[in-house]
Amino acid sequence: MSSRARKAVGRNVLRKEGHDKVTGAARYIDDLTFPGLLHARTIRSTIPAGEIVKVRFKGDRAGFTLVDHHDIPGRNIVALIDEDQPCLAERKIRHVAEPILLLVHEDREKLRAADVQIEYRPSTPNYDPERSAITFKKIAIDKGDLDAGFAAADVIVEGEYRTGLQEQLYIETNGVIAVPGSSVAGAAGGITVYGSMQCPYYVHRALVILLGLPAGKVRVIQTETGGGFGGKEEYPSMMAGHAALAALKTGRPVKLVYDRVEDMLATTKRHPSIVRHRTGVTRDGRLTAIDIDAVLDGGAYATLSAVVLSRGMIHAAGPYRCDHIRIRGRATMTNTPPNGAFRGFGAPQTQFAAEVHMDRIAERLGLDPVRVREINALRPGDTTATGQRLGKDSSALQVLREAVTRTGFRKRRRALAGTNRGIGLSLFFHGSGFTGAGEVKLAAKASLALTHKGARIHVASTEIGQGTRTMLAQIVADALGVRYDDVDVNAADTGEVPDSGPTVASRTCMIVGRILERCAEEMRARLGRLTPRQYLRAFGPLVITKQYERPAGMVWDDTVYKGDAYGSYGWGCDVVEVEVDRDTYEVRPTAFTTVHEIGKAIHPMLAVGQIEGGSAQGLGYAILEDVVMRDGRMANATLTNYIIPTSLDTPPMQVVLLENPYPHGPSGAKGVGEMPIDGPAPAVINALRHAGFDLREIPATPERVMLTSSVESTQRTPRTPRKSQAWV
Amino acid sequence: MGLTSVSFVSFVLNGRRKKLDVHPLKRLLDVLREDCGLTGTKEGCGEGECGACTVLIDGVPVNSCLVPAAHADGTRVTTIEGLGGRHRLQRAFVEHGGAQCGICTPGMILAAVALGPRPSLHDIKVGLAGNLCRCTGYSAIYRSIQQSHV
Repeated sequence: MSSRARKAVGRNVLRKEGHDKVTGAARYIDDLTFPGLLHARTIRSTIPAGEIVKVRFKGDRAGFTLVDHHDIPGRNIVALIDEDQPCLAERKIRHVAEPILLLVHEDREKLRAADVQIEYRPSTPNYDPERSAITFKKIAIDKGDLDAGFAAADVIVEGEYRTGLQEQLYIETNGVIAVPGSSVAGAAGGITVYGSMQCPYYVHRALVILLGLPAGKVRVIQTETGGGFGGKEEYPSMMAGHAALAALKTGRPVKLVYDRVEDMLATTKRHPSIVRHRTGVTRDGRLTAIDIDAVLDGGAYATLSAVVLSRGMIHAAGPYRCDHIRIRGRATMTNTPPNGAFRGFGAPQTQFAAEVHMDRIAERLGLDPVRVREINALRPGDTTATGQRLGKDSSALQVLREAVTRTGFRKRRRALAGTNRGIGLSLFFHGSGFTGAGEVKLAAKASLALTHKGARIHVASTEIGQGTRTMLAQIVADALGVRYDDVDVNAADTGEVPDSGPTVASRTCMIVGRILERCAEEMRARLGRLTPRQYLRAFGPLVITKQYERPAGMVWDDTVYKGDAYGSYGWGCDVVEVEVDRDTYEVRPTAFTTVHEIGKAIHPMLAVGQIEGGSAQGLGYAILEDVVMRDGRMANATLTNYIIPTSLDTPPMQVVLLENPYPHGPSGAKGVGEMPIDGPAPAVINALRHAGFDLREIPATPERVMLTSSVESTQRTPRTPRKSQAWV
Repeated sequence: MGLTSVSFVSFVLNGRRKKLDVHPLKRLLDVLREDCGLTGTKEGCGEGECGACTVLIDGVPVNSCLVPAAHADGTRVTTIEGLGGRHRLQRAFVEHGGAQCGICTPGMILAAVALGPRPSLHDIKVGLAGNLCRCTGYSAIYRSIQQSHV
């Protein structure tokens, strides 16, 4: 094999599907149609809790097919972790958007006009996660001796922090098409589902259980996906089930694409959180004890709450060294639509609390926010809350110092003191890959097939905007010694690719990329001096399949939550400047700098794209994005009044990449997708604190900022609003 | 022009004359996607907030989800397919990371076309404020537009 191919890793090669995306040629789910296509509409409950008494279809039923739980040939569950959520409600109702039945018709107008009346016997809903009778999951992390830690403290700082719901708001809504019969050979009576999704094999498993079909009769194919951010991790399993039931009943292809309102009302959102901190600290700023209690609002069903809680709790103490830690977390049930995966997966909530608390500790001690973090930041050789001993690839101090230098943080802080502006920072980390033993249990597989020019990648990992196809092809090209253009990527089609796991948890590059790198290394060895064409002519097809291998020495005990929670961590530091309008209390971010240490940037431009996009989403979480719940239902389920950042709301961004390689990642790479959303919210709130506003909750809406109390500090801003320009 | 008087809607679509027998109140977005088979124009919200369905009518960017077919009568309509594939902005959006998931991209590029040559950063920000992108944080889109002239 030629080793003269120009290295692809580290270079901004052209995105594989870039041309299709800029020309309109890329086919998303709603762009597809099939002969005889029918449309489906989901009829949902309108009460938050109770029982269904009677369902009545009013008017002319001609041309309509009704699908309800009686049509389910297998088990009526959306299979994920727990088996508590029905695909179609039978009797019990637990939230306002619970699917009860599907109407199917070829004419969308007739579908929209159809009238289904449902009679209920309502019961009393609960919206308070702290008063819930049902706990989905509890997690306890203990390190050292908490009493001894508090005994060694000079000062104890306490605080309670709250975060709200957040909608993923991918611009392409959720959608699927189910086609009866199957193009998988010999699979008559099967089903093929196309859709916008992150995890084809999650959908596959859910369909097999719901439909009672053998795995070979179910095929799931991801179509080009217009954003996910976690919002297409679990819900597509529910929708695919609905469309598949309708397709099997009618014998025709069925399309189910949500409009924006339905997508916002019914699909999963980020878990709201309440996190309480009690921290012991010495006068010179050393943490001696950390005691954390957290509650996540899971909504009506368990979905992924258990694992969201897990990641949240492991990150709850922040990137800090402390010998004595106690963390208690629980995720509970409320009568609201189920909450689920969203970029960051629990870590943005708990690190928000940790980082706002850290500024309050600094304030209490009269230290500056940088100093208190320098003293306590995790260094290589330190242990985390779960007792994981960190390797050389840990960079908390480096990112902090780089961000402080780049922004002239201390000088800016002095310059802005006493004005209506403020500057704040946050230090954070994020584990790459599944938590604990997750990767071992999953045992992800990836395949590489030799082609005449190079190789074809077979994985179920999906391109959802982040650049999966491009980045994986770069890794394979270099390991195999061929040109980037000579590596192509198969569709994420369960009929053709092995299960490389879900596209979540910042795992696609570090975990799946590494498996493919190993495939390519073996393929290169097999080829020897032959070109791919010569090899194929002499020996026939060559496919190399490899499975995840746990790096030596990595240990995790799930029963006591101790050990190596993640293979590696990325490290980040954000600095935000904000301006508060003294009349309206609107908060505007005016400058944003972030330093991210991600091991190795396989494609620097894509990595920067993840960081800029995740940071903007984090600024939205901090300031703008307010899901208003009224009687268990989202009251602002439109883009008119659920506000995400526009070009005018997003400040100029300075992104700095640092690379401190992880020995078991491809070319040293760690994950990057989720971490950028951990930092902006606490940095904004800390900047508001610097401007004189003692806020402990997000989003920092004008109402909340106006009603908040002032910071008790010598540097506080006068709270009297500027004399208003009267209209008289 | 009374709506009842229109039995056909005709306009110039990407340089070609089109005459369509559609309901005059059908959304231009649906006319383009269903009756003309051009699925490059995307629906993001259906209420004129996200700009994913942006097309140009006589060179002016509009949300095609809010435009009834009758309003396009007698105009020149440009969709992403009308740019051909070699437009400087299309190339720049690939080279500079302006497209991630790609769903806002057709509308974003057409909104950028309407900015004219060499817009200032301020003009770009104002001109794209009606086009939501959830992936990029917009910076790479600014870079793409600015670099498209290089």
